[in-house]
Amino acid sequence: MSQRIDIQKTYKLFIGGKFPRTESGRYIKWTDKKGTTVVNICRGSRKDFRNAMVSARSASNGWSSRTAYNRAQILYRVGEMLEGRREQFMAELTLQGLTNKQAENEINQSIDRLIYYAGWADKFQQVFSRVNPVSLPYFNFTLPEATGVVAAIAPDDTSLLGLVSIIAPVIAGGNSIVILASESRPLSSISFAEVLHTSDVPGGVINILTGYRSELIEHFSSHMDVNAIIYCGNNPDDQKLVETNAALNVKHVIQFPLQDWSNDKHQSPYHILKCQETKTTWHPIGV
Amino acid sequence: MTKKQIWDYSPAPESTDHIQLKDQYDLFINGEFIPAVDGKYFDTINPSNEKKIAEVAEAGKADIEKAVASAKKAYEKTWSKMHPKERGKYIYRIARLLQERAREFSVIETMDGGKPIRESRDVDVPLAAAHFFYHAGWADKLEYAFPGRATEPLGVVGQIIPWNFPLLMAAWKLAPALATGNTVVLKPAETTPLTAMKLAEIIQEADLPPGVVNIVNGAGETGKFLVNHGDINKIAFTGSTDVGKYIMKSVAGSGKKYTLELGGKAANIIFEDAPIDQAVEGIINAIFFNQGHVCCAGSRLYVQEGVADEVIAKLQKRMESLIVGDPLDKNTDIGAINSKMQLDKIKMYVKLGKDEGGKIHQTACSLPKKGYWFAPTIFTDVSQSNRIVQEEIFGPVLAIQTFRTVDEVITKANNSPYGLSGGVWTDKGSKIFKVTQDIRAGVIWANTFNKFDPSSPFGGYKESGVGSEGGIEGLSGYVNLV
Amino acid sequence: MGTINIQKTKSIDQVNTQERVSRLFSRSIKKESKMQALYLALSMIDLTTLEGKDSEGKVKQLCYKASHLHYKHPGLPYVAAICVYPPMVPIAKKELAGTGINVASVATAFPSGMADINAKLDEVKSVVDAGADEVDMVISRGRFLNGDYDYVSDEISQVKDACGKAHLKVILETGELVTLDNVQLASDIAMEAGADFIKTSTGKVSPAATPPVVLTMLEAIRDFQIKTGKKIGMKPAGGISTAKQAIQYLVMIKETLGDDWLSPNLFRFGASSLANDILMQIMKQSTGQYQSKDYFSID
Repeated sequence: MSQRIDIQKTYKLFIGGKFPRTESGRYIKWTDKKGTTVVNICRGSRKDFRNAMVSARSASNGWSSRTAYNRAQILYRVGEMLEGRREQFMAELTLQGLTNKQAENEINQSIDRLIYYAGWADKFQQVFSRVNPVSLPYFNFTLPEATGVVAAIAPDDTSLLGLVSIIAPVIAGGNSIVILASESRPLSSISFAEVLHTSDVPGGVINILTGYRSELIEHFSSHMDVNAIIYCGNNPDDQKLVETNAALNVKHVIQFPLQDWSNDKHQSPYHILKCQETKTTWHPIGV
Repeated sequence: MTKKQIWDYSPAPESTDHIQLKDQYDLFINGEFIPAVDGKYFDTINPSNEKKIAEVAEAGKADIEKAVASAKKAYEKTWSKMHPKERGKYIYRIARLLQERAREFSVIETMDGGKPIRESRDVDVPLAAAHFFYHAGWADKLEYAFPGRATEPLGVVGQIIPWNFPLLMAAWKLAPALATGNTVVLKPAETTPLTAMKLAEIIQEADLPPGVVNIVNGAGETGKFLVNHGDINKIAFTGSTDVGKYIMKSVAGSGKKYTLELGGKAANIIFEDAPIDQAVEGIINAIFFNQGHVCCAGSRLYVQEGVADEVIAKLQKRMESLIVGDPLDKNTDIGAINSKMQLDKIKMYVKLGKDEGGKIHQTACSLPKKGYWFAPTIFTDVSQSNRIVQEEIFGPVLAIQTFRTVDEVITKANNSPYGLSGGVWTDKGSKIFKVTQDIRAGVIWANTFNKFDPSSPFGGYKESGVGSEGGIEGLSGYVNLV
Repeated sequence: MGTINIQKTKSIDQVNTQERVSRLFSRSIKKESKMQALYLALSMIDLTTLEGKDSEGKVKQLCYKASHLHYKHPGLPYVAAICVYPPMVPIAKKELAGTGINVASVATAFPSGMADINAKLDEVKSVVDAGADEVDMVISRGRFLNGDYDYVSDEISQVKDACGKAHLKVILETGELVTLDNVQLASDIAMEAGADFIKTSTGKVSPAATPPVVLTMLEAIRDFQIKTGKKIGMKPAGGISTAKQAIQYLVMIKETLGDDWLSPNLFRFGASSLANDILMQIMKQSTGQYQSKDYFSID
């Protein structure tokens, strides 16, 4: 009796709601610790990043002008879909070196984090808006508003939770994002894209690339249409590069050092605010 | 009946006999006025007559070392240890002393910077005092500003301010920094150092602990020493986008925080259903306030086609009633351009505007012979691709375009690397919310322009800056949330 | 009924108007400029008495004062006009003969305007017959607030016809119109219908002439001139009692309408006690001493 041959998964990029291969045709051979499973990961290029930026920009206005309630529901939906795909993520996370217990925790926390930010999507603006008592006959109010397009270098030491912890507050706040997945643990990022694909997130709002940090960080940080750059990591050269390039168009720079993302203190509405602008509006009060 | 004699305003100069100015100002470091280490001084002149007012010590590297060391010591030994309530009281003192000496400060501000006394008296000085007063009260209430978090100060803050609102910018910078428990080294602009030095006198008079506020004068070099000093924890800067970018690059990798208030090229949008006469007045305030030396100036005017002729005709007529001249005259609307350098830049842009085919209109006012002056100027027949439409001129020069639809004007308004402010004039409420929501800028004035208040955050999107000043958002730039 | 299609089109922003007023009023008028302004303001006064208890004697006194403002200071101008109730017109006319000072009479059931149109027209004709040079009518505010702009317009046209050669000042009674939008619309209606002057108030309703209202009316006059080429006069009335206020209004006229309007032909102050305060200021300017009211006759 002949043995059935498994269908192996092809890991592609996630750009504009679609799953293209890298335009460069290059790949990175990813091997698990045992050396038994070998996967070809797309080695995303600067052109892939450029394409992702075009998608992210065109999706940005539509996403930010959706109602907060709608964004909240979509984030919640992402959590729901992730819940339904546990087994796939269990397999990938353990393949990437986690124990079953650790993998289960990571999935649980990722889902919970999505639900946490889903809850904030229709509240943070309320909590952080204000009416300012100006000394003039004017109604004056201030509210946070999405900065636009965010480019992010995801944490490297976690495959799923780090990715989710960066993406969720950014999109809860109405931004679109292009994120470079963990270089050493890239598998779950593309599977997460599949979750996004089936959960009503409009195409282009979240774009996920895989590839080398060292190759892409320059382009992420120097692109003139990026409004904010998130860097996760402790490499001082990277940090300096990101901050220096941010000056080209005065990007916001948000940095997260290596940290245990499973700790709940790393979820906060203040993370949403990091990718928000502050808009203040004045209007006279009269008849 | 004989021909009627035309009634005109006699000169109404503000008196200067009550002000106290020294011939020479030193650096204010550790609560004392001391000369620069290398003994250098530079002149500060009155731009309306090119006369020297005083000379001011120029801080070099060694002076910055001293100032930062004094700020650091004051931070560690006194200011961060003081009960916040007491910190607040010092800031209240500064506010009160400034109110008491308001007239003197107004006169000096006008002499040193060229702005009309009407503005320094009615805007700059009272708002500066209000900033201290507002922020003083925050000192012991910070726990209410950031829900769920406690705050801690950053340490020593280096602050660099521009010449367009010298005292007011000093207040914008100092008040929140002090209220949140930081100590400061402040560098005023080299063309307008005097009111900051007078403020130093007030700070001394208020008995603020030595070193909490240090004020050092000088130009770009002095600023560089400050930005690059290793013991500075944060840079707060207001000025040009170019210098802002330089600061970002300089502090890259250093862990220093920064807030930047940079340039702008604000769109001021007039719809057909706007209250036209008030909108015309709004255009005047938007571009001619402080000679147009305003980062949030409404320098791009967009008028809906149906009212364009009426608005431009009324604007030109209104411009003729602007009184240009002696900044100390209480009836002056437009004072002197702040410096020769700035005047040259304005002239360069106006020439460019003409060369690019723009149609220029200037008021018929006569300009004084001495000093730096520029007549209120508007350009029509310009488009988005003209440099005078794209770039910040920082002078009394307005570029006017017309539009037909809401979408068109929003697209044009946002078609700029800047995003500091914007204006919209319409009588229709829902349109106001639509347009104010869609304009990508930090401060939107609907049916008004150029209004400021200490409780109202001010800051820009895109290349107009990072962070806000004023209100609760302004406090957040001076604290770590823990 | 009138055929003018009148509708609300333009709007006025109250807060911005107040800010513009504040800016105009912050002008500093000193020295020769102040003296010149005081003389000018005196010459623009409609010296007014509109009391139920007005007597022949009081009107005579007022007329005397109109041409003899202050004996200590020769060379003062005459006021522009005396403004009285209809029965006082013949007396005023007689007293002022030869002075060049006009006699203005309120009419059209002043101050309420609550009367039949024919009664109003009869009253206008009778004061004109009695020699009134100027007629100060009131508009029908009830009709205006009801949106019956055609009625208001038509009424003014008819009164204008009844005036003959006499100049017509149309009182909008802005205190009852409440909003600046209404003030502007009423101004437009009055000017279109033939007003020679538009006037803020009767003085019987509070608030009377407020600076934002006056500015709004001046801007309406300016726009009317742009549209038609006609120069309409302006008369704020009620609540203007100090020289300082008068000078502030002169600044407002100068910077809104221009120098042409700095003349009694196109601008008047309706006031009863303003003249004395201006006189006190003139004395102060010329003697350097602050004055007491005891030295200026009350009429």
